[in-house]
Amino acid sequence: MSKLSPVLSAHWDEADSFTLEAYRRNGGYQASKKALDMDPDAVIQLVKDSGLRGRGGAGFPTGMKWGFIPQNDGKDHYLVVNADESEPGTCKDMPLLMANPHSLIEGIIIGSYAIRANYAFIYLRGEVVHVFRRVQQAIEDAYAAGLLGKNINGKGFDLELVLHAGAGAYICGEETALLDSLEGFRGQPRLRPPFPAIAGLYARPTVVNNVESIASVPAIIANGTEWFQAMGTEKSKGFTLYSLSGHVKNPGQFEAPLGITLREILEMAGGMREGHELKFWTPGGSSTPMFTQEHLDVPLDYEGVGAAGSMLGTKALQIFDETTCVVRAVLRWTEFYKHESCGKCTPCREGTWWLVQALKELEAGRGTSDDLDKLLDIVDNIAGRSFCALADGAASPIVSSMKYFRGEYQRHLDLGSCPFDPIESTLFAGVKA
Amino acid sequence: MTTDVAVEMITVVIDGFEVTVPKGTLIIRAAEKLGIQIPRFCDHPLLAPAGACRQCLVDVEINGRAFPKPQASCTIPVEPNMIVKTQLTSPVAEKAQKGIMELLLINHPLDCPVCDKGGECPLQNQAMSTGRSESRFTGVKRTFEKPINISSQVLLDRERCVLCARCTRFSEQIAGDPFITLNERGALQQVGIYEKDPFDSYFSGNTVQICPVGALTGASYRFRARPFDLVSTPSACEHCASGCALRTDVRRGKTLRRLAGDDASVNEEWNCDKGRWAFKYLSSKERVSSPLIRGDDGELREASWPEALARVAAGLAGKKVGVLVGGRATVEDAYGYAKFARVTLGTNDIDFRSRPHTEEEAAFLASTVVGLKTTYADIDKADHVVLVNFEPEDESPIVFLRVYKQVRKRSLQVSTVAPFASRGSMKLNANVLSSFDQVSNLTEKSVVLVGERSAEVPGLLSAIAANTTAKIAWIPRRSGERGALLAGALGNVLPGGRPVSDASARIDVQTAWGVDSLPTELGRSTSQILHSLNTGEGLDAVVVGGVDPADISPDALGQLLNTFVVSLEISHSAITAIADVVLPVAAVTEKTGSFLDWEGRERRFDQAIEGPLITTRSDVRILSMIADEMKKPISLPSVASAARELASFGIWDGATVAKPTAPAAPHKNPTGNEAILTSWRQLIDLGSLQSGEDNLAATGRKAVAVISAKRAESIGVANGELVKVSNERGSVVVPVHVAQISDELVWLPRNSENSQTIVTFGAAEGCLVTVVKA
Repeated sequence: MSKLSPVLSAHWDEADSFTLEAYRRNGGYQASKKALDMDPDAVIQLVKDSGLRGRGGAGFPTGMKWGFIPQNDGKDHYLVVNADESEPGTCKDMPLLMANPHSLIEGIIIGSYAIRANYAFIYLRGEVVHVFRRVQQAIEDAYAAGLLGKNINGKGFDLELVLHAGAGAYICGEETALLDSLEGFRGQPRLRPPFPAIAGLYARPTVVNNVESIASVPAIIANGTEWFQAMGTEKSKGFTLYSLSGHVKNPGQFEAPLGITLREILEMAGGMREGHELKFWTPGGSSTPMFTQEHLDVPLDYEGVGAAGSMLGTKALQIFDETTCVVRAVLRWTEFYKHESCGKCTPCREGTWWLVQALKELEAGRGTSDDLDKLLDIVDNIAGRSFCALADGAASPIVSSMKYFRGEYQRHLDLGSCPFDPIESTLFAGVKA
Repeated sequence: MTTDVAVEMITVVIDGFEVTVPKGTLIIRAAEKLGIQIPRFCDHPLLAPAGACRQCLVDVEINGRAFPKPQASCTIPVEPNMIVKTQLTSPVAEKAQKGIMELLLINHPLDCPVCDKGGECPLQNQAMSTGRSESRFTGVKRTFEKPINISSQVLLDRERCVLCARCTRFSEQIAGDPFITLNERGALQQVGIYEKDPFDSYFSGNTVQICPVGALTGASYRFRARPFDLVSTPSACEHCASGCALRTDVRRGKTLRRLAGDDASVNEEWNCDKGRWAFKYLSSKERVSSPLIRGDDGELREASWPEALARVAAGLAGKKVGVLVGGRATVEDAYGYAKFARVTLGTNDIDFRSRPHTEEEAAFLASTVVGLKTTYADIDKADHVVLVNFEPEDESPIVFLRVYKQVRKRSLQVSTVAPFASRGSMKLNANVLSSFDQVSNLTEKSVVLVGERSAEVPGLLSAIAANTTAKIAWIPRRSGERGALLAGALGNVLPGGRPVSDASARIDVQTAWGVDSLPTELGRSTSQILHSLNTGEGLDAVVVGGVDPADISPDALGQLLNTFVVSLEISHSAITAIADVVLPVAAVTEKTGSFLDWEGRERRFDQAIEGPLITTRSDVRILSMIADEMKKPISLPSVASAARELASFGIWDGATVAKPTAPAAPHKNPTGNEAILTSWRQLIDLGSLQSGEDNLAATGRKAVAVISAKRAESIGVANGELVKVSNERGSVVVPVHVAQISDELVWLPRNSENSQTIVTFGAAEGCLVTVVKA
């Protein structure tokens, strides 16, 4: 029996899965109807009871986040969906929005109703124009069908939904930077407190949720908490999308209960690239400390990955085989963080600038083992010292790669060059010119 | 100082020491109370916390639970049961701080030997205390083009910038001029302006002062001195009545820069660009450097002090003399003029107002202003601030900052009686009213700030004086006027607000001065003094202290011709050009003295420069020498003696001069292309104390004529096109700015390049002019 549990992705293989018609055909927009008949607090309670946790990386309980919004305070509330999916290796929200945008819209209706928001926003990564168009069309269709706008389903609930395209900054996936960007400012993280639940968008109580978290809500409302809790592990309930990429036979999205292992997913994906073996992998994107073969049976839920020394993150499983130079991979990631550092705080801004230069030297085989210690010391001065978590993410691949592959770093220095042929790790390896 | 509500106090432990501070105090400041200095860059006590530089990381635990990472002590308020370990007791905090310092320096050019900040640089100092002696960074530093102008007076060296955002936060939070911001990202992040739009702010110099590195420098001071070669003297600003504390830095007898001084109850830590940069006049080549006597050939020639004093005494002897006191006299000098007029000259014909003025105003000043006690703190607590013919951003910039602070903090209600919403009023979100009658919603917590231009509207000061509800403050533009009023340099009052018309008040003064009698007739005002010259009936000599006749009327200079004029001046001027005797006096940096700011608060300053003896005599000393020469001594041989004597008077507690009850003027009805002129002086304009500072002048706002859309349409001009404003005396041609202003009005700047209303039209307010397309 397959270990998959397709819910959000259940109908992705239908040619018209992204249309309102198909969504309705498969039972869509029944949950929001049901929710709008409930008391908003009961909706919050139900989501709390389900055990749904944030799918964007940190795993904060979704219902609890909703419950933080002060009710009856006379202020506008906002629901903001974080669709700024930019974590290296992560490709779950974009395919979901391409194939099943209405699950998000229905989740937004339910979530907005629960937190008493009459305005909701989707902050979508600006580069993915095709996704933008698809979601835009879905929103238009929902408006036309009376699912959004004034007096939804005749229940007296109004909701305006705005789709906003970001301008291309990784930092805008950080919720407060996202809010600044959405307000029209430069996307840089805000000082907290106040937290968004008290003063978020336009200084009003705001919930910021990941696409997948919100899109999971309709199924929970429709099928109930027991159904949801039947999936997953003790503290990590439900199903989730794992995005598998890299040196595997069949990369893609795998929707499965939390707690599945990479070994099981790899099996479903047909295993590693032919003739190669697993060297290292990330459980949740490059910002989560890397794993190796020894972690194949770590349960991929919040606690399991955490106990093994990493984080579940975005569940972006990037798979690298033995042809990959870990130093080179880490350098590439570090270049990404340097490029994406917003510049607000010193350790991230200056630190990533330095780390790239230091890693380039090491990859070229220049330096001594003292330089490896220096690298770790620089990272120690960056991680946990910065304004937001971006720099912690930048530190993760370096620290974890040094933990598992210090010998490989040293080998670069001993050889005075990189021992790997980068062509070997590419898709076109072995192809003669 | 009393506080209105009891503040909750919190006790925390920092490095093992307990300290009790008000709730809301940030850790970094609680530590300061213990004398523990945590290094920092972005932190500034008057700016909202940023937490950007991360230099101030410390270990924190609350209720026994430690934060997993070191925290920025500039962002976290103290809490009960908090234990803080700084770099002094926590190895983690110490390493974190050292790590941040190392990172801050990797992209810093370390060009301290050629940097203006070197020697007074927080980065340099803290690199010594917190940094390592040698860098471990062997890579390539980020480089930028060396300094770029972000305005004509502020230069930005992006390589040196540590991106603490103090400057951008100041501009947004304090000045309300968010014209600089951070651009780009990562290590390429930089402070910048919007394309070609410069950093257009009256307060831009503060960013130079609070920059913790040498990234922002002032164009005029750049490469002029090393901080350790400067001698600093606490000073008070002479440019306006805001009362800023300043610091004057002198190198080898020359003033090289002036900085905002700290005074929490007045200017906090800020000043305006005029106060900071307009001091070139002090070392101008136009300074009068010797007593001068006009010879029979009509030319001024140098003379010795005895000869010049003898000539003054002879010239004034037996004459009926008026005294014109400049608006920037110190309290002591004004007192010297006041006593000199009464005792030596035997007259009350003395006036400190070298600007449009009225009898109504003299009565208002003597009856209502002398004892006023409204302060900045009243603005902080006000429920409603009303500006009456007063544009704080142009006419008293620190008052603007204080009102803006409350507008930002608690949406303070502001109303302004003004022809239109100026840029300053827009920042204050002020409700524009066309007359004082329309002001409503005044309580005893409201503050009415009355500008000196209120004298130009007949009946207005009478109406304000009759207001019994709100607190009133009178805010003159010039630094010397409030002090001159207290000193009695006005025709209807003696020192301490004693009415000339009150016999017992006169006896008070007679006793103090040891004279048998004082003149009883009310004195003439400035314009009456000028008008009475050479008429046969009136005055036939005048003593002038630092007055620009063009500030009074276009005829003033002509009225001074053919009369005996004694000029006490710092620089050659229109008056010295016609004076019979010119006596050089000390400029503000060369003497001690004090001003009273608009609150009536004393702003004492010390001599900053040891100049040549010839120019270090304050006016009061010279007046005392003249009085001695005339055998009617005033016995004020020094500034200190004048201060002491004036202080002995105290404020008059008897009956005051009656409040004014002048009627309003009949409304003028402009027809056709006629308009009623209205104007005020912009902060940076052609004022004589700004001369010689081109970098500052270039940041002045350009002259425009403000008219309504209806008028613009009727004369066929669009925004930015030129209009000609004229009357029978003259005309100005400036671009038009269409705004929400009464169709009857046209506004022009009063004393700016291409627009000097008093000399051009003979009036600055209320006269009819014609506005046509140029």
